[in-house]
Amino acid sequence: MTLTIRDLCVARGGVPVLQGLSFHVEQGQALILRGPNGAGKTTLLRTIAGLQPPLSGEVLGAEDRIAYAAHSDGLKAMLTVTENLRFWADVFGHSDIEGAMGAFALEPLRDRLAGTLSAGQKRRLGLARLLVTGRPIWVLDEPTVSLDRDAVTLFADAVRAHLGAGGMALIATHIDLGLEAQVLEVSPFRAAPETRAGASDEAFL
Amino acid sequence: MSMTEDTARPKRPSGFWSYANPVKFLGLSERVLPTLWVLAAISLVAGLIWGFFFTPDDFRQGSTVKIIYLHVPSAMMAINAWAMMLVASLIWLIRRHHVSALAAKAAAPVGVVMTLIALCTGAIWGQPMWGTWWAWDPRLTSFLILFLFYLGYIALWEAIEEPDTAADLTSVLCLVGSVFAVLSRYAVNFWNQGLHQGASLSLDKEENVADVFYFPLLVCIAGFVLLFLALVLYRTGTEIRLRRARALQAREARL
Amino acid sequence: MKALLRRDLMLAVRAGGGFGLGLAFFLIVTVLVPFGVGPQSELLSRIAPGILWLGALLACLLSLDRLLALDWEDGTLDLLATSPLPLEAVLSIKALAHWITTGLPLVLAAPVLAVLLNLPPAGYLWLIVSLALGTPALSVIGTFGAALTVGVKRGGLLMSLLVLPLYVPTLIFGAEVARRGTEGMQVMTPLLMLAGITAGVIALMPFASAAALRVNLR
Repeated sequence: MTLTIRDLCVARGGVPVLQGLSFHVEQGQALILRGPNGAGKTTLLRTIAGLQPPLSGEVLGAEDRIAYAAHSDGLKAMLTVTENLRFWADVFGHSDIEGAMGAFALEPLRDRLAGTLSAGQKRRLGLARLLVTGRPIWVLDEPTVSLDRDAVTLFADAVRAHLGAGGMALIATHIDLGLEAQVLEVSPFRAAPETRAGASDEAFL
Repeated sequence: MSMTEDTARPKRPSGFWSYANPVKFLGLSERVLPTLWVLAAISLVAGLIWGFFFTPDDFRQGSTVKIIYLHVPSAMMAINAWAMMLVASLIWLIRRHHVSALAAKAAAPVGVVMTLIALCTGAIWGQPMWGTWWAWDPRLTSFLILFLFYLGYIALWEAIEEPDTAADLTSVLCLVGSVFAVLSRYAVNFWNQGLHQGASLSLDKEENVADVFYFPLLVCIAGFVLLFLALVLYRTGTEIRLRRARALQAREARL
Repeated sequence: MKALLRRDLMLAVRAGGGFGLGLAFFLIVTVLVPFGVGPQSELLSRIAPGILWLGALLACLLSLDRLLALDWEDGTLDLLATSPLPLEAVLSIKALAHWITTGLPLVLAAPVLAVLLNLPPAGYLWLIVSLALGTPALSVIGTFGAALTVGVKRGGLLMSLLVLPLYVPTLIFGAEVARRGTEGMQVMTPLLMLAGITAGVIALMPFASAAALRVNLR
């Protein structure tokens, strides 16, 4: 039950951005990704989540076990908080949404239309979605955007609870969440301009 | 030490597939193109002059039937261009050879022009029989639909910026479009049953049985095929050079 | 999967204009035709099956670009791609939701609008049957077009250009069923072709649509 990344090279728009990445995350562990904007953290997380194939290398142990959350929350404005969560719970095959609502203090908002929520409340709802997926590996891209200090604490508590229950988390963030986690700085893995790992334009050079 | 060197060297594709490498392809096209252009020009000029000026008038259709020397080859190429695009799209989807995707992209405008020529010459051919410049004859209608498929394909290439994504999406479109093009052919035949039987343009099969018509037609067809090959080779070369320029620029930007 | 269908239907109802837009367009086209071709009822009843089919087809096309665009923009497609649902199923459900909210109302409205175009009484049954069999194909083919162009800014026009040639076989056979039914002729051949195309499209096209969507999600 380990997430293993071996010699991964990822590309954005056919251009390699990161190469030679290798790491693994054990059960109960979290890994924080750090790096400047544009370094390729988003691309890396999307590749691990399975949304795009890597240029080379492998991602092992991720099949069907990932819950992905990124900049867009996937919320429908015309559905209530409960309906939004219930939808994702049904898609992922679970039925209990109360735990998720409680963990992110969404009970008072349960019948509000998602379109009427503030940015912070929307983000809390988007993160609550992770809890109803029942997936062990959380892959999160800048999850704390729009969250105030209390909400960040709620989020960190939720992550800690998830790790305690045997889950894993891969988080790209600038903020110190107070989690005991390894930190991976991605800048050293920046793909060299001459990298030829099967990039789409390689054959033309 | 020498063992690792041998195993480290990548396998070079042999024969036909070695031209999947863009640089080798450019080399091939540069060597072959001049000859192709000359051969195409000779065949076309010879075939057309022979067909238009040195064959007798048809007893039924007069001299307008000579338009078949343009119509039949262009119609054949209109369909063959799409077939070539289909094969090239499949090769791209399965083997990921960029040259294949670019060849399909290059062939489309040539195919569109061939279709247009087929449509116009078809209309010119039919005008004396129908009395109007257009009739919804099944074959012409099928070519009109093919024309729309070509337009959609070209429009999709133009609309997508990222080259590999464009190649993938247009390939899927070409596959699906081919199925629907065949379906449409049957649908249009069904749709036009019982109408304008006498005005059908498919009489040319009987017309051309006579040798005196047949050989110039063969030369014209050969000319169109050579022209198509030359144009597609040339345009694919251009597309490869454009991609190369783009790749070099991207590399510059990253340094 | 039912959850996705339920959600899309709820959204269509709540977003306002989900059902109504296609119907309104269908009505407008039907009303405009006599202004374009003249009010003689003999002429109108002859072209009625074809016009009604065309109107239904164009009305279907209208609501297609919202099919995937909204989910693309708010990140739902990304999340659905990482969910247990296969993309083929997701797109089939979306096509079904589109048909329920657009195609089905058109089928039900067609007989009413046929009155405006003086459709002969014999034609009503076959008009409804042909539309009922054909509009699902329009939704599924339209989903393919939407999947191809989901990443293109303002891709609605491009999608129409791609999808309309694909609609030709369904339109030909569907209108032919309606027309022949009106004249009391035998409809079995075009009916079977129409049903065959719809069945084939429903079974096979989601794979092509999913492939296109995966490429766009990369």
